Amino acid sequence: MQEKIAVDIQIPNQTQYLSLIGRIGENIAYAPIRFNGDRDELAFHLNLVLTEAVTNAICHANQEDPSKKLRIVIAFSESRLSMKVFDEGNGFDIESFADSEVKETDEQGRGIPLIYRLMNHVQYRKQRNGCVLEMIKELQ
Amino acid sequence: MQLSTEEHGEIVKIVVQEERMDAHNSGALKEEMLQLFDEGKCNLIIDLSAVRFVDSSGLGALVSGFKNASTRDGSLKLCCLQPQVRSMFELTRLHRVFEIFGSAAEALESY
Repeated sequence: MQEKIAVDIQIPNQTQYLSLIGRIGENIAYAPIRFNGDRDELAFHLNLVLTEAVTNAICHANQEDPSKKLRIVIAFSESRLSMKVFDEGNGFDIESFADSEVKETDEQGRGIPLIYRLMNHVQYRKQRNGCVLEMIKELQ
Repeated sequence: MQLSTEEHGEIVKIVVQEERMDAHNSGALKEEMLQLFDEGKCNLIIDLSAVRFVDSSGLGALVSGFKNASTRDGSLKLCCLQPQVRSMFELTRLHRVFEIFGSAAEALESY
């Protein structure tokens, strides 16, 4: 039976914690999980998508309100890695940003398309006290 | 964000002394570049040798500098990208926008 690993962390709504979350994602790529691909590349991608997702949650969903909080849950199940970012915002139509055309000279708008590109499944849904962004990576 | 600047004639090299460039610290680089543009210094080299990770906010700051330099008839060039940073430019196709050099000396010689 495969071991399961889960990390459940709560952080204040401040960008100074981006580094902490990114590093957790990066380190998880080197955990003893079943994965035959390039772990350095996986570490970079997990760092990047978590940084982008948490930045969106802090700056947009939670509108940089320091009284709000974020919860991040990272878990393995079989050969699947799930990362959830819970915010206290009102939600938005994430799919409208997923394939949006970003011009070379645009200063913003690359984060969500990057998440969609690097993850296998992305879903953003409302729940009782905010929203949750779930990002799934198949580890095959 | 920890930055240092070196002037080489009309060219200013900004050395980013951080391991990460993200939404927490990349605004400081943008501000530093805007201050240099206000002083009429429009030819910049950004030395990223210490930077191991850059996200879309970090790229946004560099794109801002690139556009501001170009509109002032100057240019912003990059040097010393670590592999993950190079990958980020390739993922976003921005490696086709910026002039990227292996060393600061090569970037300086290109002016």
